[in-house]
Amino acid sequence: MAFSAALRDAAKATAIAFGLFVVMVGLRTDVSPTGALFLRTRWTELAMVCALVFAGRLAIGLWVTPRFLTNAGGSLAAPLAKAGAFFGMGLLVVAVVLPAIPGIGRYELDLAILVLTYVMLGWGLNIVVGLAGLLDLGYVAFYAVGAYSYALLAQYFGLSFWVCLPLAGILAAFWGILLGFPVLRLRGDYLAIVTLAFGEIIRIVLLNWVDLTGGPNGISGIPRPTFFGLPFNMSGDPGTFAGFFGLEPSPTHRVVFLYYLILCLALLTNWVTIRIRRQPIGRAWEALREDEVACRALGINVTNTKLTAFALGAMFGGFAGAFFATRQAFISPESFTFIESAIILAIVVLGGLGSQVGVAVAAIVMIGGFELFRDLDEWRMLVFGAAMVIIMVLRPRGLVGSRTPTVALGQKRSIGSDYVSEGRG
Amino acid sequence: MSASAPMLEVQDLRTFYGAVEALKGVSLHVDPGEIVTLIGANGAGKSTLLMSLCGDPRARSGRILLEGEDITAMPTHQIIRRGVAQSPEGRRIFPRMTVLENLIMGAQAMGHDPAPGLERVFALFPRLNERQGQRGGTLSGGEQQMLAIGRALMSKPRLLLLDEPSLGLAPLISRQIFAAIKALNESEGLTVLLVEQNANQALRLAHRGYVLVTGRITMSGSGAELLARPEIRDAYLGGGH
Repeated sequence: MAFSAALRDAAKATAIAFGLFVVMVGLRTDVSPTGALFLRTRWTELAMVCALVFAGRLAIGLWVTPRFLTNAGGSLAAPLAKAGAFFGMGLLVVAVVLPAIPGIGRYELDLAILVLTYVMLGWGLNIVVGLAGLLDLGYVAFYAVGAYSYALLAQYFGLSFWVCLPLAGILAAFWGILLGFPVLRLRGDYLAIVTLAFGEIIRIVLLNWVDLTGGPNGISGIPRPTFFGLPFNMSGDPGTFAGFFGLEPSPTHRVVFLYYLILCLALLTNWVTIRIRRQPIGRAWEALREDEVACRALGINVTNTKLTAFALGAMFGGFAGAFFATRQAFISPESFTFIESAIILAIVVLGGLGSQVGVAVAAIVMIGGFELFRDLDEWRMLVFGAAMVIIMVLRPRGLVGSRTPTVALGQKRSIGSDYVSEGRG
Repeated sequence: MSASAPMLEVQDLRTFYGAVEALKGVSLHVDPGEIVTLIGANGAGKSTLLMSLCGDPRARSGRILLEGEDITAMPTHQIIRRGVAQSPEGRRIFPRMTVLENLIMGAQAMGHDPAPGLERVFALFPRLNERQGQRGGTLSGGEQQMLAIGRALMSKPRLLLLDEPSLGLAPLISRQIFAAIKALNESEGLTVLLVEQNANQALRLAHRGYVLVTGRITMSGSGAELLARPEIRDAYLGGGH
């Protein structure tokens, strides 16, 4: 159903709901303390009911109806892609206004920051695994390189977060290339083994190089980020964030700032990925994922293509690592174990290799769900594993398995994940 | 270089897979504007030869000259940029990418603007134009072969290497593919080196042919000459005809 038609349909449903509920919900007779009946109005509740009906009917009109229509021979891919675009925009709007939503406190913001960190890591790894098809089980190594780069540069040279952020990215990209060279000839399982080993090597070096990294004790007292030079603290000096803007000093300021910082970093990752997908190098990545021999036969420089994928993916991992270090103010090798790599990879695979919205949703579901089931203690992993199995059985290509073509002469059509399996054409 | 330098000259080429010698000193040449076919049984080394021309696998000894320039040791992507295009064995189109994206990948390494190439490929294979938004993997075998050839043509090659374009295709479709190759050769003077198991069709199409048997060239001559030879008829044309 077209958007305008769905809108009209939803408006009609809302009008009917209003007619029904204005008396059922909006007006209520109560017994007053004196024993007499009186009429109480509940307009807020009525408005909420109507809003719910409107939203629900709109959703049905946009997403459920096309599913029925397609049984008559249409394609499900196009409405799904449209829904995906709306959904992505909706997610973005929610993300931008989140700190202002009533009821969102410190705990929720901290959780949102954690989720966004994984969204960013997922998007970064998506470049390597989703687009270029290089199975990387050691992505956490670049996260660690970024975190330790910032921590060490700040500790030894007193550099600020804003100077260290690009440096951390560059250093991680450098390590990405360093990993890329020995694995140029490897694919699939063999590549996975070597990248897994690489991740462990980085962690074990960090653990044992006590003079430099503090070993298992980690590094503490990592400087917090500043708002363009204005620190966040409770003193209220004109030199601080709160003092400069004449605000009441509050610890929430820093959390909100960190939230927007990671949101911007994640969106940067997303933006760069979307842009690059339409560039020759991005198409070359995808072609490489599809068939390496064909790429060579077409004169694609496979070496450069792989190394740029590793470097760019690692760079965003490095940014995320620097953010992690400044947020925690303390890092140790314990934060960079294999399970982190596995979670990030699971986010990318569950989301649908190569899909940006899918990865974001998977990160929210995985990290948010992990937090939601905190009360289940050790059962949590079981619930978690079962959820992953169910998702993969129901949607073997991930939550969003379709890919949008990077170029089209006429109308752009999304391409469903059904019908064609992994095999060669 | 003299004007008469062959488009491609291969001198005593030897290629190994580990210790196994797949090509045991192959020499051949392809002149500009020619269609030359290389026929042979399974495992004769036909595909190895085509791949070796692009340096993947790299020949251990011998020389490969492209218009007189030695490309034996050149990296694959640079050989392609010298005007060689390969439509590899088994088509190897990109299954999850659209027809259009597949074609654009063909022009990409050369840095060409894809528009004129697309026009040319769509004129040659109108079917691809109809299917341009469709995923490569959902095309039929014949369409995939058209796509593989079209993708190779996108780099505006001077020498086109085709590896078994008739593989797995219905006779009618493979005749269409051969007609397209012939049209390209006649209208644009495109030089083609064609590897085929379908000796009959290939020799009828080609100006000259070579017969490869277990890594060695055993016979060569014009298409008609080879077609007429009894040993060719026995070995590759099903004897009884």
